[in-house]
Amino acid sequence: MNGIHDMGGMHGFGPVEREENEPVFHEKWEGRVYGMTRQLRQFLVTDAGGFRYAIERIPPATYLASSYYEKWLRAVESLLMENGVITAEELDRRTAFYKENPQAEVPRSVDPQRTAEVMRRILTRAPLHKEIGVKPRFKVGDAVRARSFNPLGHTRLPRYIRGKTGEIALYHGVHDFEDTVAAGTEAKPQPVYAVSFDAAEVWGDSAEVNQRIYIDMWESYLEPVKEGT
Amino acid sequence: MSGDHETHNPEPEPYPALRTKALESLLVEKGLIDSGAIDEIVRTYEQDIGPLNGAKVVARAWSDPDYKKRLLANGTDAIAEMGFQGAQGAEIVVLENTSQLHNMVVCTLCSCYPWPILGLPPTWYKSAPYRSRAVIEPRAVLEEFGLELDDSVEVRVWDSTAEVRYMILPERPQGTDALSEAELADLVTRDSMIGVARAKSPASVA
Repeated sequence: MNGIHDMGGMHGFGPVEREENEPVFHEKWEGRVYGMTRQLRQFLVTDAGGFRYAIERIPPATYLASSYYEKWLRAVESLLMENGVITAEELDRRTAFYKENPQAEVPRSVDPQRTAEVMRRILTRAPLHKEIGVKPRFKVGDAVRARSFNPLGHTRLPRYIRGKTGEIALYHGVHDFEDTVAAGTEAKPQPVYAVSFDAAEVWGDSAEVNQRIYIDMWESYLEPVKEGT
Repeated sequence: MSGDHETHNPEPEPYPALRTKALESLLVEKGLIDSGAIDEIVRTYEQDIGPLNGAKVVARAWSDPDYKKRLLANGTDAIAEMGFQGAQGAEIVVLENTSQLHNMVVCTLCSCYPWPILGLPPTWYKSAPYRSRAVIEPRAVLEEFGLELDDSVEVRVWDSTAEVRYMILPERPQGTDALSEAELADLVTRDSMIGVARAKSPASVA
């Protein structure tokens, strides 16, 4: 979707503000959101692009005004509601309960076997490449153009590169496709490439000197550019 | 939070904290999450998985030419040799910075970052200013980080839009020939592995 999250090349956000010795989590609740999300992603949210898409659908003004983990919290809430796991009413009621009872503890459930299983999944490598007999259409050095399309669903093709011409720089293998696909169709794994673009092709006269941009792209994002066209 | 005794007029908790408590309690009651796993995930990313992992990889690559060759040819396997692997690191490509070529990494759409070797990303990496500007004015961004590059240096910005993750192998600083791998690792900063800074010089840490 052409959302606020697709920020590459936008102006007006000001300088990059850094924090010295930044903690991993600034508040305790951020770590709880992160730890919950990591478990739910493994057991519940399995749609391609599902969690990312839930973040992207946060209304633009709210997206910009929310901290990183506030966005995660909103995304988890909306996915759980969409999947019928919780209702807005019960979440509101429980939030009000903790506001009125600041000393109340959050209930705990600990199963060491389950803890170990979650950690095993997080710490184990799951290769991206799928050996399914798909051959890459392009080879390193081929001239390609990023297609121009504007899907409503989740996509990994940023707006700023659509329609631009570059060349294949790396071939990464055949990976699951992360874009939203039409209901009832299957997202088939596709070859993925790093595609290299001259900054002047992308930004025209506003480009800085001697710069290239490399973007990872699934094969269906690309069309060949024939010699002399 | 204030240092006041908690039972006397505690500061009201901010909304996200209350909302998180509410969500966690509901999910525990429904049997969907394990409280111990939340504790362990938080502990792991606060204490075990961070840029020190990446610094060890870089220091070894600086010290061992064969390892460096393996790292640049297949980052994921070479990094796994050091015991680092897992979520958001299924495939890691390592890019070498030199005096003539400067690579840096951004995720314009989100916050993609190689967790097993750098841990969770800093706030600035996930911020609108970095995500919007890194691809259109990388030299200006690098200058804000204190890194001024000559026009003759090619700048390559890697927008990690798919599931591959990138790590930069910074250039080995001058005057480090006599340093051990552990001493070299002290020179490798998180920012140098994102590509927004150089590794530290030995003089700066002496």
